[in-house]
Amino acid sequence: MALRRILYLLPVLIFIGVGIGLAVGLTRDPGTLPSALIDRPVPTFELPAIEGMPGEGLRSTDLEGEVSLVNVFASWCVPCRAEHPLLMGLAERGVVINGIDYKDPAEQAARWLEDLGNPFARTGADRDGRVAIDFGVYGVPETFVIDKAGRIRFRHPGPLTPDLVNTEIRPLLAELAK
Amino acid sequence: MIWRSALATLLLALALAAAAGAVEPQEQLADPALEARAREIGQELRCLVCQNQSIDDSDADLARDLRRIVRERLTAGDTDDQVMAFVTARYGDYVLLRPPLRAGTLALWFGPVVLLVAGIAAIMLRRRRRVAAEPFSAEEDRRLAQLLDHEKAP
Amino acid sequence: MIPEIGHYALVLALLLALIQGTLPLWGAARGDAGLIALARSSALGQFVFLTVAFGALIHAFAVSDFSVVNVAANSHSTKPLIYKIAAAWGNHEGSLVLWVWILALYGCGVALFGRNLPPAFRARVLAVQGLIGVGFLAFMLLTSNPFERVDPAPIDGRGFNPILQDPALAAHPPMLYAGYVGLSMAFAFAIAALIEGRVDATWARWVRPWTLAAWCCLSFGIALGSYWAYYELGWGGWWFWDPVENASFMPWLAGTALLHSAVVVEKRDALKSWAILLAILAFSLSLLGTFLVRSGVLTSVHAFAVDPARGVFVLALLGIAVGGSLALYAWRAPQLQGGGMFAPISREGGLLLNNLLLATACATVLLGTLYPLLLETVGGAKISVGPPYFDATFAPLMVPLLIAVPIGAMLAWKRGDLKGVLGRLRAALAVSAAALVLQLAVTRGTGVLAALAMTLAVWVIAGSLCELAARIQLFRVSLGRSWQRATGLPRSGYAMTLAHVGLGVFVAGVTASSAWQSEAILVMAPGESADVAGYRFELAGVADSQGPNYVARRATFEVTADGEPVAVLSPEKRFYPVERQATSEAGIDMGWLRDLYVVLGDPVEGEAAGSAHTVRIYVNPLVMWIWGGVAIMGLAGIVSLTDRRHRVGAPMPARARLAAAPAGA
Repeated sequence: MALRRILYLLPVLIFIGVGIGLAVGLTRDPGTLPSALIDRPVPTFELPAIEGMPGEGLRSTDLEGEVSLVNVFASWCVPCRAEHPLLMGLAERGVVINGIDYKDPAEQAARWLEDLGNPFARTGADRDGRVAIDFGVYGVPETFVIDKAGRIRFRHPGPLTPDLVNTEIRPLLAELAK
Repeated sequence: MIWRSALATLLLALALAAAAGAVEPQEQLADPALEARAREIGQELRCLVCQNQSIDDSDADLARDLRRIVRERLTAGDTDDQVMAFVTARYGDYVLLRPPLRAGTLALWFGPVVLLVAGIAAIMLRRRRRVAAEPFSAEEDRRLAQLLDHEKAP
Repeated sequence: MIPEIGHYALVLALLLALIQGTLPLWGAARGDAGLIALARSSALGQFVFLTVAFGALIHAFAVSDFSVVNVAANSHSTKPLIYKIAAAWGNHEGSLVLWVWILALYGCGVALFGRNLPPAFRARVLAVQGLIGVGFLAFMLLTSNPFERVDPAPIDGRGFNPILQDPALAAHPPMLYAGYVGLSMAFAFAIAALIEGRVDATWARWVRPWTLAAWCCLSFGIALGSYWAYYELGWGGWWFWDPVENASFMPWLAGTALLHSAVVVEKRDALKSWAILLAILAFSLSLLGTFLVRSGVLTSVHAFAVDPARGVFVLALLGIAVGGSLALYAWRAPQLQGGGMFAPISREGGLLLNNLLLATACATVLLGTLYPLLLETVGGAKISVGPPYFDATFAPLMVPLLIAVPIGAMLAWKRGDLKGVLGRLRAALAVSAAALVLQLAVTRGTGVLAALAMTLAVWVIAGSLCELAARIQLFRVSLGRSWQRATGLPRSGYAMTLAHVGLGVFVAGVTASSAWQSEAILVMAPGESADVAGYRFELAGVADSQGPNYVARRATFEVTADGEPVAVLSPEKRFYPVERQATSEAGIDMGWLRDLYVVLGDPVEGEAAGSAHTVRIYVNPLVMWIWGGVAIMGLAGIVSLTDRRHRVGAPMPARARLAAAPAGA
């Protein structure tokens, strides 16, 4: 008899469980993808500089030894333009930012950086996007936080926001710098 | 040139299980067996910038890049598993349209079987309880005896 | 002015729904005839007001009144009129108006044609309908007002997704919603039965026509959507196990199971609490679908605008409706007395097996759809559950079901004779075996899975026809006698045969179009041709042209077989400047036995029309059987609906016949 009662209660109990799950699901964003490379070393790569611009390009060994950001951008990317002032601000405060220029014609990239300012300590031109794929990038812009050992500690897909910079990135940078 | 690619694709038609909506002719590998493998793997990988499409069916840039990478790695001699591992190392399990069998997905993969067995068990339990019917009351016993007597009597 | 009228009409409808949802319940509990009668009048009133509201919305779209936010967001002056109107229900707010309008339509139907229902029962059914209406109307008025105005009005609208400008897709939501909302009738019947504590054959008799109507509409709606995807999206795919597709499929599976178990309730007074549970679940799955589409909780091509605030409201609706009804079930269902016993091998046993497999399949789809979300909630990794999962879990469940279809249809009630049935299915067995052997021979042992699946389809079709033949004793008695028997058979009997044949046709279509498809992906310049599956496709030319609101590049293919002209196909690539969206229109030659499907891709070098382009050519065998099979099933449902025995609440002309034949006919 008790078993029978339980059987009849099962549907409503299962529904309550599912309902709670759905409610929690409402608070999340289904579109963002967590990075598979958190706490793993940066992939090995070597990128040339953007044609026509000074610099030695960017390679994975450059990312060891200091805390830095890696920002994947492109001149054709509209949200990149929106987050650019934030990057400039961070660079002015002494944060080391390295740039990966994703699938961008050299001339346009150079002009874009000239017009908006260049916050990048080093920039690498990823013409075919393979290095970005090695980083697990699935859209532009994306920003990574790399620690002194050259490990990826944080990844944000999409443009940076002041909120994000203040609540997540700056504290993390401070902590990693210790 | 046209005839060669037409012939290659005709051979593919016999080897293929599913169509791929966005694969470009110049992407395709010359070796039909490798191309067939590439197609199968492509059907298993999610296009990350689309809403529920595989990389074979999407014409997004990222999908095209991943299709090329799959073919490159296959040509380089990777097994199917190695190619999948290459992609998941970079994008996580989310990129696999067939969820891997892990501790977290046991309920997912065994759920249907468990539900079926539970259903059968529930049915059998109810039958058993139903069969063990309530015994007749005294009144019903008497009526039964009367009816049976009637049957026997001419 | 008219949008304001529409808005007020919605408010009035909400008030009426509140009345309809509460007072009749109270009246039924107390036997107050006055309050009971309120159900009918408020249902009729609601329908009137909602027709006014819906009309006002359609009017706003038809005249392109861009001062209404909804019109400005979803329409444009260059849209053809029919798509302006279709845009009225092609968005979140408008589709809700459609939803409640159909709900009121069904309520009106019960009010007008449900005269054979006991008044108290009918009042309870209408009250449940009313409460559902309250939920959706409140949702609309509080979060998704379709009549919101904007001042100053924009000069033109923000356009409408060009992909959605299509006749099949214009009809898709109304059909689908007629299905979803129709299942609310079965739900209302179940709740009313639980409140009264009684489920009997008459209940099943009433539930069946409403569920059938809903099931038919849902079948057509799903088929329309799937067929549209096939010819519009450019690569011939027609089902993606996308969460929103699953959300329409699950109620269909539950509805099919309900149709079958209602038969057992009606004929043998058994499986009662299970049928009640199914009725509740079918509509609950419809509501879940509503939630999934509108809450932004899952990514999907089909999802409406993402708004978690709306999601919270719909979740609350879901919680009250589903949680409340399942709690009521847990409380009252144990009191429902079990009915007749039956042997495992019997008609009831077959129907029980049908329900077991369909329910498990439905649960599997639900599991796969919600699992990524639930796993993430408990802190697990983010995973995908895509077509490979569903193909691996759903298909195996269908195999025993398909095998059982012809057998179950021939078993007797209470205790069936399996050997006898298999004996009578000899012809079907022979045909199926022959089909299997033939396929294996032709494909030389490869493609075993496809051969088996096709054999299953043949088995279902042949077996169903065998069953019909056995019922009219074809070839056992004189043809004249068989004909007599045939004309005397109730329509629902024919409907069953037709529906099962449709199922077999569907399986055949699915198998053939995926396993035996021929594909050619290549670069072609005008003048070149390609040979695929016995057809020669010659690219006659490529030209640019202008449409009403797009520019197009069109390729013309002349298709011949053995030199005989077969078809001229004109695939296009279109660009809609307002939405800045490109679409691909495939060139399709539909046929009974195969589709020729050509897609124009991008030019390979340079942008000129005369240059070489990527071309995809497919020959899809039996692909129309997929939707043909579903259409046959839907048609079977309609045939069953016309069965006199179902028209329990038939209007006046049939009343005389009903008076002559007692209700047990």
